[in-house]
Amino acid sequence: MTRDQGLDGPAPDERPTPAGRRNKQGIRIDPEVEARHEPRRTVISALVEHEPGVLAEVSGLFSRRQFNIESLTVGPTDEDGRARITLVVEEPDPGIDQIKKQLRKLLPAIAVRELEPDAMRRELALVKVNAERPDQVAAVADMYDAKTVDSSPQTATFEITGARQKIEAAIETFSQFGIREIARTGTTALARGTDDTAAPTPPESSASEANQQYTQPADDD
Amino acid sequence: MSERAPPVTATEEQHDDQETTREEPPESAATEESTTDAEPTPVTTGAESVVRALENAGVEHAFGVQGGAIMPVYDALYDSEIHHVTMAHEQGASHAADAYGIVSGEPGICLATSGPGATNLVTGLADADMDSDPVVALTGQVPTEFVGNDAFQETDTTGVTMPVTKTNTFSSEPDRVGTDVSEAFALASEGRPGPTLVDLPKDVTNAETDREPDEPRTPDTYEVQQRADPEFVDAAAERVEGSQRPVMLLGGGVIKAEASEVCREFAIEHEIPVVTTMPGIGAFPEDHELSMEMAGMHGTGYANMAVTHCDTMIAVGTRFDDRLTGGIETFAPDAEIIHVDIDPAEISKNIHADYPLVGDADTVVSQLAEAVEESPQATKWRAQCQQWKSDYSMAYEAPEDEPIKPQFVVEALDEATSDRAVVTTGVGQHQMWACQYWTYTEPRTWVSSHGLGAMGYGLPAAIGARFAADDDQEVVCIDGDGSFLMTLQGLSVAVRENLDITVAVLNNEYIGMVRQWQDAFFDGRHSASDYGWMPEFDTLAEAFGAEGFRIDDYDEVADTIDAALAYDGPSVIDVHIDPQANVYPMVPSGGDNGQFALTEDQL
Ligand SMILES: Cc1ncc(C[n+]2csc(CCOP(=O)(O)OP(=O)(O)O)c2C)c(N)n1
Ligand SMILES: [Mg+2]
Repeated sequence: MTRDQGLDGPAPDERPTPAGRRNKQGIRIDPEVEARHEPRRTVISALVEHEPGVLAEVSGLFSRRQFNIESLTVGPTDEDGRARITLVVEEPDPGIDQIKKQLRKLLPAIAVRELEPDAMRRELALVKVNAERPDQVAAVADMYDAKTVDSSPQTATFEITGARQKIEAAIETFSQFGIREIARTGTTALARGTDDTAAPTPPESSASEANQQYTQPADDD
Repeated sequence: MSERAPPVTATEEQHDDQETTREEPPESAATEESTTDAEPTPVTTGAESVVRALENAGVEHAFGVQGGAIMPVYDALYDSEIHHVTMAHEQGASHAADAYGIVSGEPGICLATSGPGATNLVTGLADADMDSDPVVALTGQVPTEFVGNDAFQETDTTGVTMPVTKTNTFSSEPDRVGTDVSEAFALASEGRPGPTLVDLPKDVTNAETDREPDEPRTPDTYEVQQRADPEFVDAAAERVEGSQRPVMLLGGGVIKAEASEVCREFAIEHEIPVVTTMPGIGAFPEDHELSMEMAGMHGTGYANMAVTHCDTMIAVGTRFDDRLTGGIETFAPDAEIIHVDIDPAEISKNIHADYPLVGDADTVVSQLAEAVEESPQATKWRAQCQQWKSDYSMAYEAPEDEPIKPQFVVEALDEATSDRAVVTTGVGQHQMWACQYWTYTEPRTWVSSHGLGAMGYGLPAAIGARFAADDDQEVVCIDGDGSFLMTLQGLSVAVRENLDITVAVLNNEYIGMVRQWQDAFFDGRHSASDYGWMPEFDTLAEAFGAEGFRIDDYDEVADTIDAALAYDGPSVIDVHIDPQANVYPMVPSGGDNGQFALTEDQL
């Protein structure tokens, strides 16, 4: 059998080639400067219908689309039948943009928005440490405003609330006594002042939205 | 059909809850001669409200397979005007519904029982999801009190189908079940279309209810933007006016939005060359001078040159799939992109949109048409495009002493049919030849599995298309031998329903597309791609009761095709083609569209 001879026409190296290029995110770039979007951490808040399967839909979306998620919390709101999901994600700008749009597409989603860098963010951690040096343990707890939740001859358990950074610092300091167990809730957050956490993301707000500058989130308290 | 007694079926139900005995509706005697315009009888059960929801939505055909958990719904269908097509396999039901949706523009309906029935639907749902085709799937489910207990034929259907449906619902209330179906119907076609599914536990469909379903309406949280921001439209219009090398890229969304007409007018008025994606085939007449035909992996050389060298791309209803773009880095690298799409999530997902125009394609292209006052100065560019059309002509050699070239068969089928003939395909080389060598001029005449690439799509799709198409539209399935083998049990359906469809199997006794890749990228090692033997598809067709034909030589092609098309019922032509034929041009995965290969050694 003869091999297929294909089609006629100028070969690839005989063709003109364009000057431009795009980066991995499909954005046109100056071929000289390889611009890349660095990932950043941000908080996305979604108001959703409180119905079975919502959480599965959200977590399924994140794993399916390989979005980098740091934490996800969910809880009821003041309105019956509505829950708020707070997500901390780490993605480059185009990824964050996609996350917001894909979340908005889920049928139970009522409003989705990215919070401002100054939003109030809080997390709760329960830290169970060895209580061999009770005075020192108490001093550290005091330093981080940690509340004693439980104590036994061998252990002391504290509740710490605050921004992620504070909790991490507290855990690190507690670790000198030997940490037995930790449970953390993940970050929950609200917008400040009259800014409405549930305000929907405006549709395509600017032609160059994906290129916009962002400000580093201010560390909370 | 035959007078054989129906086979005795062993009952599948181990958990059948038969306590709900239904009374005959009081008006049942009167409904005997009832016509469609007669006042419908009130619903008495969940199942009846499910069927009523379909009737209210104007459903005329449904495709499915019976089974334990869906029996109440089928029982209600028994009294309905809806024509139910009993399929041979649920995959066929979902593909048929998908094709029905593509050709008619209205959601196609498929039904299956719980467990294996529902899982068999999944391929067709995934296909519809990838291609944004409107489909509604109704699946039976075990009674709610058994759910979660691993009951007989229990599958977490909403869980399994969540990633491959636009939305799905587990319907738990007899008073809501009809409305759930209405809502699923509305959601399947409104905004960006897609498959929806309603899981129907048997106790819910069996339960008594007199609740009529609500009108098909999308829920309040579902918002669709129809018109694009006028500011962006103006900016885009200015860009179009100032462009020197403009291209329109029409995707499947153009056809779904019924925007082919406005896109044609716009392109012709401003003399802008038009490229389509694979699902966009038919959005623009391929015999028009401005048509560059399909771009992408197996697109024409001239389409890929136009896409690579344009300075402005008006992309409508496309998601910039990787089979279209090749490597992102080299896709239309000099172009500013005007992206029209109804789904904001498609904007800048793969390719950055310089001008994001969110909205319905018909509305937004009309807005754009209004805003563009001057045609771009692109005389040189158009001449260049014409030059590429002749430089990279799709002409192929067909020596008389070699086996039949598949391209010739596709052209002969096109020649023998009308402009509005509907083409369905399997997946593989034959599918690409069907794209390349058939000249499409009308929307909704090209029916294929684009995003999922599901072998076996062709025959069930032809069945669905047949019910949706007009009587004077021929339905031709251009299939591969491998693809046909996956779903050819559907012939039994085509024969039973006496469907006038013609299947042309481009038989290379190969998993041809895989063989081509092995020759190019795996040193010609034909691992699991060489069938070496195939059943005689013409004889097989006869065994099903269809008409079988076979072609081995060029001089049989035209007459045999005519005879097969003339046969009033399903016919199958087993066309023995050159097993070495390859699909060109070709852009290897992730490659540069402008560097498409015309021969194997260019890969
Ligand atoms: C369900 C499914 N399984 C496997 C594949 C991978 N695949 C793509 S093309 C192809 C060959 C198809 O063979 P055939 O239908 O004979 O078409 P040909 O390429 O020979 O025209 C295969 C196996 C697929 N696309 N779909
Ligand atoms: Mg084959």
